[in-house]
Amino acid sequence: MNQRRSVFIITCVAFGFAFLYIPILSMVVFSFNASKLVTVWDAANSPTLKWYRSLLNNEEILDAAWISLKVAVINATGSVILGTLTGFGLSRFTNFRGRFTLNAMATAPLVMPEVITGLSLLLLFVALEQLIGWPAGRGITTMTLSHMTFSMAYVTVVVQSRLATFDTSLEEAAMDLGAKPLKVFFVITLPIIFPAILSGWLLAFTLSWDDLVISSFTSGPGSSTLPMVVFSKVRLGVSPEINVLATLTIAVVTVIIACVSFWMARSNRVERAT
Amino acid sequence: MRRTPWSQRFGLNGRGLVVLLPYLWLLLFFVVPFVIVLKISFADIALAIPPYTSLFQWDDQKVLSIKLNFNNYAFLFTNELYFKALLNSLKVALISTLFCILIGYPMSYGIARAKPATRNLLLLLVILPFWTSLLLRVYAWIGLLKANGVINNILMALGLIHEPLAMLYTPFAMYVGIVYSYLPFFILPLYANLEKMDWQLLEAAEDLGCRPWQAFYKITLPLSRNGILAGSMLVFIPAVGEFVIPALLGGPNALMIGRILWDEFFSNRAWPVASAVAILLLLLLVPFMMWYQSIQARESAGAK
Repeated sequence: MNQRRSVFIITCVAFGFAFLYIPILSMVVFSFNASKLVTVWDAANSPTLKWYRSLLNNEEILDAAWISLKVAVINATGSVILGTLTGFGLSRFTNFRGRFTLNAMATAPLVMPEVITGLSLLLLFVALEQLIGWPAGRGITTMTLSHMTFSMAYVTVVVQSRLATFDTSLEEAAMDLGAKPLKVFFVITLPIIFPAILSGWLLAFTLSWDDLVISSFTSGPGSSTLPMVVFSKVRLGVSPEINVLATLTIAVVTVIIACVSFWMARSNRVERAT
Repeated sequence: MRRTPWSQRFGLNGRGLVVLLPYLWLLLFFVVPFVIVLKISFADIALAIPPYTSLFQWDDQKVLSIKLNFNNYAFLFTNELYFKALLNSLKVALISTLFCILIGYPMSYGIARAKPATRNLLLLLVILPFWTSLLLRVYAWIGLLKANGVINNILMALGLIHEPLAMLYTPFAMYVGIVYSYLPFFILPLYANLEKMDWQLLEAAEDLGCRPWQAFYKITLPLSRNGILAGSMLVFIPAVGEFVIPALLGGPNALMIGRILWDEFFSNRAWPVASAVAILLLLLLVPFMMWYQSIQARESAGAK
């Protein structure tokens, strides 16, 4: 009986992973296809790196990638600061005025449809410009501010769940020995929750790097991000260069995730051993 | 006598200062924008920059008059298109959520019951697609589903079909895209819930003569209720307002409310109408969001 059940479960898991991974693998395979038709394999001339060369010479994509990179790095850094403060406040101060509101405001962006967030932020920037003349026009600044607003929610969740499983007696001991709260935070709390902060940073970076809808609402002329350029190309159908872009993205993500989880597994072991 | 610092006179202390920055940030960039959307949904479309009229007018420099214009809402309610789009979005999100449960539950269960080393690897494999671009993963389905795409090519090579199936730009493609993109969002909270499950309960039930399916139905399913609900909300709520997937896979006839909002804004430059659509969509989703928050609160209370 147990045997039969586990066969059923294993089959389901296998099918589920096939569903998740076949589309990704198909992009990788066809990025080496010589044919412009993309999904029709040109056996005579493939595999080839010609679309890789053509992507690396595509000014439009490279410019957009540079803008996306700038926005993503500033966004990740800013939202880590905001998200850590929020996560710390919510998990350590259980009783303060406005805790409920802060909690609601910090988690709502997680489920808010992007079209609503995008529209509302754009209207805010337009109203602010009329009122105080800032931000003048829309571009990298407005996109970064918008990205930070939804990314910080994700960082908050990551930091908060790390703090929930954290032994507070270390902090208390330091306080008993006379350390000031600020010192306790930087010397004890921050190093311990650092892995969560790092994953928060990476998550915020990815969310921003990948965002299409909110960027489209809040960007201005000359500040098209990579997803915006990809979207306008992809609307017209498949393109070999986009397959190359996908393959490079997957390669970079896999390497980073593998390194980070290896490093975290090791630091966990060290933590347990000491 | 020591003077009280200014911050304490305002009821603030070190703790207050920690949460003050995110609090003000969210107030300015999350709450205030909704007030502005609400305001503009009562404005009129105008050929101006920005393209809407002001609600406030000073008559003879003295009297402030506020003109609320309900035309946008009247327009939405009298025009069948918007109502149909809203209903269709709810239907698409609901069906997609059901498919996420059907595919995601056995996967979460399998991962939670695997050996610890396998479990971490499988979990990593669920998270990995989540880190790669959603846009590019949706794009991958164009290559799989189109007329001379991978699936049709394989089926034709096997001789199962002679004409390519029309799959891309159909509701089917849209469902596949949504389920595919949101599956990790369903699996992760459910896994977090199942991971905490006491599996000895199942053994006890089986020792007492319960059949595995019965034990699943009577023990595992009720205990994982919060995980299922949390995961479902993470799929359902954003899927109602989804724009990218219907735009890329659904074809021109895919009536989704997120797409209507986008078109009103970008193609018609009808900012007040787009704002009214946003307000209606938000009103519809707020109960679900509150439900999600109460599930989350129960989950974290249960964990302690």
